[in-house]
Amino acid sequence: MTRRVLILGGTSGIAVATARLYAAEGAVIGLVGRDAARLAEVAADLTARGATAVPVFTLDLASEAEPAARLAEMRDAMGGLDDVLLAYGLMVPQAEDERDPATARRTLDVNFTSAALWALAAAALIEAQGRGSLIVIGSVAGDRGRRKNFVYGAAKAGIAALMEGIAHRFGRPGAPPGIRAVLVKPGPTRTAMTAGMDRTGGGWAEPEEVARIIRRAADTNRRWGGPIVYAPGRWRLIMLIIRHLPARIFNRLDI
Amino acid sequence: MNAARGIETSGLASWGRTLRAPQLAFAPSWRDELPATLRAAVAARPGHGVLAMGLRRSYGDSGLNPGGAVLLTPALDRAISFDPTTRLLRAEAGLSLAAILAWMVPQGFFLPVTPGTRHVTLGGAVANDVHGKNHHGAGTFGRWVRAMGLLRSDGGEHVLRAGDPLFAATIGGLGLTGLITWVELELLPIASSVMEVEDEVFEDLDGFFRIAEASAGWDYTVAWVDCLAKGAALGRGIFSRGRHATTGGLKAVEPPRLLRMPMDAPGFALNRLSIGAFNALYLAMGRRRSGRLRQVPYLPFFYPLDGIADWNRLYGKRGFFQYQSVVPPAAQREATRAMLTAIAEAGEGSFLAVLKTFGALPSPGLLSFPMEGTTLALDFANRGAPTLALLARLDAILREAGGRLYPAKDGRMPAAMFQAGYPAWEGFREHMDPHFSSAFWRRVSQP
Ligand SMILES: Cc1cc2nc3c(=O)[nH]c(=O)nc-3n(C[C@H](O)[C@H](O)[C@H](O)COP(=O)(O)OP(=O)(O)OC[C@H]3O[C@@H](n4cnc5c(N)ncnc54)[C@H](O)[C@@H]3O)c2cc1C
Ligand SMILES: NC(=O)c1ccc[n+]([C@@H]2O[C@H](COP(=O)([O-])OP(=O)(O)OC[C@H]3O[C@@H](n4cnc5c(N)ncnc54)[C@H](OP(=O)(O)O)[C@@H]3O)[C@@H](O)[C@H]2O)c1
Repeated sequence: MTRRVLILGGTSGIAVATARLYAAEGAVIGLVGRDAARLAEVAADLTARGATAVPVFTLDLASEAEPAARLAEMRDAMGGLDDVLLAYGLMVPQAEDERDPATARRTLDVNFTSAALWALAAAALIEAQGRGSLIVIGSVAGDRGRRKNFVYGAAKAGIAALMEGIAHRFGRPGAPPGIRAVLVKPGPTRTAMTAGMDRTGGGWAEPEEVARIIRRAADTNRRWGGPIVYAPGRWRLIMLIIRHLPARIFNRLDI
Repeated sequence: MNAARGIETSGLASWGRTLRAPQLAFAPSWRDELPATLRAAVAARPGHGVLAMGLRRSYGDSGLNPGGAVLLTPALDRAISFDPTTRLLRAEAGLSLAAILAWMVPQGFFLPVTPGTRHVTLGGAVANDVHGKNHHGAGTFGRWVRAMGLLRSDGGEHVLRAGDPLFAATIGGLGLTGLITWVELELLPIASSVMEVEDEVFEDLDGFFRIAEASAGWDYTVAWVDCLAKGAALGRGIFSRGRHATTGGLKAVEPPRLLRMPMDAPGFALNRLSIGAFNALYLAMGRRRSGRLRQVPYLPFFYPLDGIADWNRLYGKRGFFQYQSVVPPAAQREATRAMLTAIAEAGEGSFLAVLKTFGALPSPGLLSFPMEGTTLALDFANRGAPTLALLARLDAILREAGGRLYPAKDGRMPAAMFQAGYPAWEGFREHMDPHFSSAFWRRVSQP
């Protein structure tokens, strides 16, 4: 059976790496994003790599009033839907969020409010059809607020709680067995989002590493991991420690 | 956006790790960002210029631009088109050969030419006009490039094909003619991902030339030499030849990295004793399988070193030099013997010593390294003055023999050595982008 995946944020570096894994399987891959020219470049790449079809939907995901209606249209255009991957996001320097309320609002809208509404709509669609996976990309930044990026982090913490709730609902006794909700929390990854940082030190992941984890998380039949998946996996332990550091130590860390 | 902002960093070294210098790094992700990023990079470092940087598998300073700007290309890794009937793959210049193999091998296609590591970009493979074990039959990588895009600092984007002088300058052009944006490459059809391989031990240098001649019918040939062997055993080693099998299936086999060098090895790890022990062991293993036809997956055959991530750290903090020379046929026996003698006497050199004959197919680039003859490649741990003295002795032998050194592997050749080996270098200058430069070029273009 041809797998059908819809990617919200089709130009994201992590999403593209994930889409290539789907392409190698011959999947139908729907790409949603704002930049039609870049989406077309991604679509050409995925087609060359074996995707059966790559329909493109041009949309500003942060300001969509009717996500459920749009999702249903896209599902129909794709001839059905198995997985939804929510990958879009926005990270600006924390100082800008603190200086300008409109920027902070944008950070919260893109990473939390709009993402939550798309996730709710996708969860409803998946539950109604009784099969499919909803994968949302959060961040380790949501695990503990840090002075360097806590506005972005707060939005990611919010989407994590939301996804835990959806997973809790999907896992209740009597729920359809083939539905799944997972929040993937990448650590620092070399994509366009971090292109303005010095990424030569350790601790950085390639988008391909994160992608393999996301692709695995979408497989409902394997029941791999819980609703929260770290990428790479070592971040689970690191964040466990960071979360439990006493404030007097934590405050001294410049992280 | 982000990509138009550079990051000052000293963390971008080349594979040999002997040089660490601050560079302003730009990391564009999309082709539409390139003109603005290039403009910003040129403006940010007036006088120091810009250089494209791929996966940094060049050993010395030809891929570095200390004090200047660099454009990191690996995020530009999208395929643009692939046609299985013509076997033409067009892709962005940051796509790696490893990614091409993982994708194409299951479909029955292989790289027409591949260097000894698959972690290089298309742009890097073009800019050094890389060669592989099939040079005698296939020539260099550039012979398989059908077209490419080149962005110049004046904002012009050129589509280059064979016949265009800028095409010949850009192939093997060390990144100095502009930014290669995409490459169109003709792939090789294969029926199996398995290799048929035969190893044969040779007891001296004449043995090498004898087997090399007799092996012209094999697609891939290369030899490992024991660079510590002296006297009658000088130049002994293991000759390895292979071809694509016709059965065995098409598997990408992308294994997880088995090993990683977690830190720099201490300086004494690679001394004469440990290398001697290693070489003896390796030769003994070679003797046991000598003359036996084996079937092996393509990865260990082409990329034995890729199984150990960051193996360059084995040479410790001070890094290492690689020395790869080519000597034309008339002088190949004498000069190779003389170089191996000098190395064995100095007791330098390392486990990694490779000997191969290049065929007569002309290289398409003005500054391409490969030419007909014999190529010798060795690693030398950087021990400072004694190492440099030995390399200077090798230089003298090489110049006398009319040979030249491979810029991709070099971090120290004198300007005169480069200019003698590459007489086309003066004509090359007129094709250079005025705002592109590298540490290597500033060094070797001195009067
Ligand atoms: C283990 C090992 C084995 C090797 N074996 C071989 C071998 O068998 N044969 C061989 O020929 N080489 C060999 N090499 C060398 C290697 O193939 C070359 O150095 C290659 O050019 C590296 O590509 P890269 O992507 O890492 O480029 P880099 O090393 O980052 O850059 C190399 C050059 O390419 C230029 N460049 C890169 N991208 C672009 C672009 N988009 N536009 C313009 N210029 C660009 C750079 O400016 C630089 O001059 C080996 C290297 C290693 C580490
Ligand atoms: N990279 C990291 O270090 C890292 C770490 C942890 C978590 N994450 C998360 O991983 C996810 C993927 O990010 P990435 O690293 O792949 O970064 P990326 O390449 O910059 O991708 C982010 C994408 O979001 C899209 N986007 C932003 N706002 C949008 C909007 N309003 N409508 C539609 N698309 C919009 C952008 O598209 P445009 O091209 O239209 O701007 C961009 O393609 C994000 O949720 C990010 O927060 C990343």
